[in-house]
Amino acid sequence: MAERRALWVCGGLALLALAAAAAFLALNIRGNVWFALELRATRLAALVVVGVAVAVSTVVFQTVTGNRILTPTIMGLDALYALIQSLLVLTLGALGYAGLDPRLKFIGETALLSALALALFLPMLRARLDMTLMLLAGVVTGLLLRSLQALVERVLDPNDFAVASAAGFASFNLVHPELLAVGGLVTAAGCALAWRARHALDVAALGADPAVSLGIDWRRLVAGLLMLVAVLVAVSTALVGPVVFLGLLVVALAERLVGTRRHSALLPAAALLAVVVLVGGQALLQHGLGGASVLAVVVEFVGGLVFLTLLIAESRRR
Amino acid sequence: MILVENVSHAHGPNRVLHDVSLAIPRGGVTALIGPNGAGKSTLLSLIGRLLPLQAGRIHVDGLPVDATPGRELAKRLAILRQDGAVASRLRVRELVGFGRFPHSRGRLTAEDRAHVERALAAFDVMGLADRFVDTLSGGQRQRALIAMAFAQDTPVLLLDEPLNNLDMLHARELMRRLRASADAEAKTIVAVLHDINHAAAYADRIIALREGRVVADGAPCDLLTPETLSVVFGQPLRVERIDGTPVVLHHL
Repeated sequence: MAERRALWVCGGLALLALAAAAAFLALNIRGNVWFALELRATRLAALVVVGVAVAVSTVVFQTVTGNRILTPTIMGLDALYALIQSLLVLTLGALGYAGLDPRLKFIGETALLSALALALFLPMLRARLDMTLMLLAGVVTGLLLRSLQALVERVLDPNDFAVASAAGFASFNLVHPELLAVGGLVTAAGCALAWRARHALDVAALGADPAVSLGIDWRRLVAGLLMLVAVLVAVSTALVGPVVFLGLLVVALAERLVGTRRHSALLPAAALLAVVVLVGGQALLQHGLGGASVLAVVVEFVGGLVFLTLLIAESRRR
Repeated sequence: MILVENVSHAHGPNRVLHDVSLAIPRGGVTALIGPNGAGKSTLLSLIGRLLPLQAGRIHVDGLPVDATPGRELAKRLAILRQDGAVASRLRVRELVGFGRFPHSRGRLTAEDRAHVERALAAFDVMGLADRFVDTLSGGQRQRALIAMAFAQDTPVLLLDEPLNNLDMLHARELMRRLRASADAEAKTIVAVLHDINHAAAYADRIIALREGRVVADGAPCDLLTPETLSVVFGQPLRVERIDGTPVVLHHL
């Protein structure tokens, strides 16, 4: 029964995602249709890659940490990304920053973000970690990085500052096609790995001791999964910038829709839902309402509300 | 067959086990008894490779527990931990189904499902099969967890305080079932028991620990004497015999 429900939900979400993609491509299209379509298709691909990467990394991260109100980006990764942007603008100037080879920048950012994520997550391998401690470490790291960024921004001249602060937000409008191919490949590989590990993930959700008892090599599994999360987060952040609450939003909603935490249902549902939210939202805001608002802001706003709701619901249950 | 050789263990500065050596042959029910903090759970967790081995060696069916792939071991031994917290939101049937993971890697075959249904029936949780585990009472959850360990269908079964939260009839039912599967299927069952009279009535052998050392080891009839019990628990306890089985009047 549960499986059938999950199938229906995923089917419905897939249809919605297709509809959203069609709307995104076709709404209010004017002028040179082929040129506009090509532009929009690139953005569409970026939105899909980011949505899937964020959803899958959040599901895996929540399962491994045994905590359902966490997303990997809460751990200070967004702050590091913003700091990197500010530092680049500071050292290269706004012009130099704009002229930076996107591929080089992408690789550097991915490497740095992965390194930070691993430094924060790896202590978890020693035990079924002290969640509070890791969360605190992440929040403090984020605070430190944000303060550093504020310091850097104080030194910038106003023009550079404008460039740097715009770069600190997720932007779904400026995507380099050459990055998209790499990011898409990495994300596809990550999804394949997560899908292969779906049954092991179900067992890992029971907790460390039951999982070991059922034959899971806990350290190896968790180390591998956390690397996967780090890379996926780094790719999506480097591609469009930090999206903090999107993962939380879509995973919480997807879990309610499929009614189970089984990964064979939750992984595809969350990924599809993320695509629906991003593509549909962008289609509506950019092409429907003529750029009345920025999707990143809307998603973060709604996602933040969901985060608060989950926090309150969790504390009531205790 | 479980072979424990010169195992010592420390949690930080506290030595929990001192040079413990044991051999538990195949088939039979062995009860671990002893006061709180004697090292019973630590010993069981070490055998079940939930804790890393610090000193000494442990073999189960000839396989070293610290060097054998987890999946191989999971087909040979199942362990039920003392705190039965279940992290994820699951229905009872799903939970018990996880017991088949070492065999099926998540894709349940007809045979796996048969095992699950048998375990559900055996521990009287069939009526709860579609309930979420977090809505169960402590005793119901304990039975669901035991059913999961049984569904794993391993020759060796390690149970840390399986009688926790069980009412007396379910406790008796569980002990009878342990006895039956030891006799009929030659399973090796090691259980930490606090109710010494269950150990007396159902175990073939009692191993008593105190302060990390084995202080007594033998058949219930020989071991459960006021003298031995005062060595283990530090107080003399009255022991009577009813139909040849020793009964410890520990509550008086």
